[in-house]
Amino acid sequence: MLSVKHLIDTTSLTADDITQILDTAKSFDPIVNGRNIKKVPALRGRTIVNLFLEPSTRTLKSFELAEKRLSADSISMGGATSSVVKGESLADTIQTIDAMKVDMFVVRARLAGTPQVITQNTDAIVINGGDGKHQHPTQAMLDLYTIREHFGHLDGLKVAIVGDLAHSRVCGSLAPALKTMGADVTLVAPPTFQVGDPSWFGCNQTNHLDDVIEDMDVIYMLRVQLERMEGAAIPSRREYNRLYGLSLEREARMKDNAIICHPGPMNRGMEIDAEVADCARSRILNQVNAGVLTRMAEMYLLMGGEE
Amino acid sequence: MAYLIKGAHVVDPQVGLDGIRDVLVEDKQIVEVAEAIEAAEGVEVIDGAGKYLVPGLVDMHVHFRDPGFEYKETIASGSRAAAHGGFTDVATMPNTDPVTDTGAEIRYQIDTARRAGLVHVRPMGALTRGEKGESLAEIGDMVMEGASAFSDDGHGVQSAGMMKTCMAYVSQFDRVVCAHCEDESLTKNGVINSGRAATRLGMFGWPALGEEIEIWRDIELARITGCALHICHISTAKGLEMVKAAKAEGLPVTCEVTPHHLFLCDEDIDDTYNTNLKMNPPLRKASDAAALVEGIIDGSIDCVVTDHAPHAKHEKDCEWEIAFFGTIGLETSLPLMITNLVDTGKMSWDRLVEVMAVNPRRLLRCNPVKIEAGSQADLTLIDPKREIDVTEDYFESKSKNSAFLGQHLTGVATDVLMAGKRTLIDGVVA
Amino acid sequence: MDQAILKAVIMDEQAMDRAITRIAHEIIEHNEGADSIALVGILRRGVPLAERLADKIEAIEGVRPKIGKLDISFYRDDFSSHIAPVLHATEIMFPIDGVDIVLVDDVLYTGRTIRAALDALMDYGRAKSVQLAVMVDRGHRELPIRADYVGKNVPSSHDEDVRVSVTPLDEKNSVEIWGIDKSLGGAK
Repeated sequence: MLSVKHLIDTTSLTADDITQILDTAKSFDPIVNGRNIKKVPALRGRTIVNLFLEPSTRTLKSFELAEKRLSADSISMGGATSSVVKGESLADTIQTIDAMKVDMFVVRARLAGTPQVITQNTDAIVINGGDGKHQHPTQAMLDLYTIREHFGHLDGLKVAIVGDLAHSRVCGSLAPALKTMGADVTLVAPPTFQVGDPSWFGCNQTNHLDDVIEDMDVIYMLRVQLERMEGAAIPSRREYNRLYGLSLEREARMKDNAIICHPGPMNRGMEIDAEVADCARSRILNQVNAGVLTRMAEMYLLMGGEE
Repeated sequence: MAYLIKGAHVVDPQVGLDGIRDVLVEDKQIVEVAEAIEAAEGVEVIDGAGKYLVPGLVDMHVHFRDPGFEYKETIASGSRAAAHGGFTDVATMPNTDPVTDTGAEIRYQIDTARRAGLVHVRPMGALTRGEKGESLAEIGDMVMEGASAFSDDGHGVQSAGMMKTCMAYVSQFDRVVCAHCEDESLTKNGVINSGRAATRLGMFGWPALGEEIEIWRDIELARITGCALHICHISTAKGLEMVKAAKAEGLPVTCEVTPHHLFLCDEDIDDTYNTNLKMNPPLRKASDAAALVEGIIDGSIDCVVTDHAPHAKHEKDCEWEIAFFGTIGLETSLPLMITNLVDTGKMSWDRLVEVMAVNPRRLLRCNPVKIEAGSQADLTLIDPKREIDVTEDYFESKSKNSAFLGQHLTGVATDVLMAGKRTLIDGVVA
Repeated sequence: MDQAILKAVIMDEQAMDRAITRIAHEIIEHNEGADSIALVGILRRGVPLAERLADKIEAIEGVRPKIGKLDISFYRDDFSSHIAPVLHATEIMFPIDGVDIVLVDDVLYTGRTIRAALDALMDYGRAKSVQLAVMVDRGHRELPIRADYVGKNVPSSHDEDVRVSVTPLDEKNSVEIWGIDKSLGGAK
């Protein structure tokens, strides 16, 4: 059983919790990846609501598949279909859904702390599917699973997280989780993308990818989102690619056994060059596969924890 | 009506009083202060034994939301909260709807407050029309209707040129400009102090620099225009250093601090995202709070204000990033000061009276209230031992969004006389 | 606290070995050889028992049946109150379609574990038949399930605990009955 009732952030998870999630995910591997019947009845009759208050395709589909493979009954609400956009308060939305007897909420939100607010308005279990710039713990778990599958362990690994750290919930949950498991994390970004206080993560922060790339076991490239260039923190896609993009030339300088991860969706040609995304070091599709396994594990362990 | 307050420990540094006295009030005035006064026929005696009697407390920074946002607070409900907290005077900020930027709006507030009859409301007028920072409000008209000071509180005046015009214009009247210092190009989207807490909770920061850069600007404008400048709700150690330096130069610069910036910091914001801790300016670092405490004790900060900012439940019971800024404060300010500073021996009663009564009255250009014969009878009687639990039920304010809910505090006002009228009687609003 | 005490040793090393030998013969006889069968041990103690059975069958027939491991955690009907702290992944590295599967477990009690195991097995394919071998049948069935091969029938009461020990998971090979000492702990 996990030490937490909800999965809101990775900072509340102990090393035991994380190991349990990864081990349980591993036991789903032969079911999902080795059988024709890719589901088990573990959560038969349980009701899960995927409340996606921010558009997301891959995370939502990953959760939906995980739910189906655990035999849970699930519905997905969000964006255009959610009453939240019509001005109803979050508390009202949650209480309304809760009145229909729900066992678990999976929440994706534009605003930090939304999953936490939801826990205050329901007895159901809440899984954070990404909240604002705060945390994305299920992403962190699939990343850890992917990295552990390659190296067999996490402690002592050197991991660089590269990109728009200031706006990244992926960094916000991955960096602390890696630290908890004994990995050494370096944050790499232009000064305008750096986190306000890296000491909170216990990490070093640098603006020179080229200085650290040869030491790293894992290069984790973040997606850079640029809707508008006016007032943006970097001048252009081209310049970002030149300074911080993972090119073949940089890839060639990586350690022999080092791997490349990316949470997706990728901007090929910006943070990662197309050839690098498809190279032998790339674990990007493994991450997607691990997403279903680890989300199954999280839901299974949290649901099993209730009396 | 005549009242005799017997046996209270009277503290008034303006007249050098710090001892047990009897105080006789007739109609609106104090008529006698002496070691022992016999109660004449028809004089109601108020037992002051074990209590402190001080000049009526003044909060020169509150939001009564009237007109425009009466669902949060009204002049009537805000007046009840003020009396309950021990205040005789409050200065209301002009970010009402419509914005208080004409004499008529000032007059409305004063008249409405008179009908409520619980506290002297001293409205502040806006510096610029609609608080838009674009053109001067009718400042002279407002002065003539009774405006106590001028402020675009809620925002900084973004353009230095416009602020210079405002301060130069105000300098012809004997009024203070109260500056909400915030450079919005630095604080855009900011909802929490920049730094560790912002990183921990994953939200955009509202940096200290956004405040400090405008404090610096406005001090320089005070130098050029000669206008008296009062820095609102100062929240950083560095901002305070700038104010101290300006004072040392002899510039007409003062500042105020709120109890929440004194006694809370950004590390108090935990992952429950308690939106009652969302303020503008935000709760700063613990080291900033410590510097502010030192400043309010040593005299470099002139007064304590609450920035009483009522908001309805649905405006706070939501995600942090979209929750409204502010906490109510009128009913916890005095207990917080006594519990945290006076009871701990860090601050004298004299100093408490200066920062909560004498200085703000002077900054609002009101007549001084002294505990001596001939002065207006605005008086606050404080029981330093009475304890309260801060719960939603404790508040007279229409809104309950207090950053201090759940605290247990010692030392509250039990009785208030406003212009000789009892507005608070043994802790109950009249 | 009630104190558990050892009431009786039902089978020792020798007795267990004899039972396994007999069951091996029965399996071979019933399936007319060992060519078409595979043994699937239910985690945890069914696995070493399946290994022992395979050894015997190999010694008799010269053919070693395939062995799989089955973790039924995800198929339990009492999942919310009994979550396995450590999961042991299922390993069935061969297609089960058309194979005669012998499920192996240590104790047959309510039948719910076997029900879950049958469900789990069905998700791996369509076995030709499924048979059940257990070391101990202690009665008290709650579902219509019976064993094809039984090491020993052990009548027991609900408040007793039938403990099967198997090397190398345990230090010895034995079947014991443990009970509550009412004189020490009082009635439940």
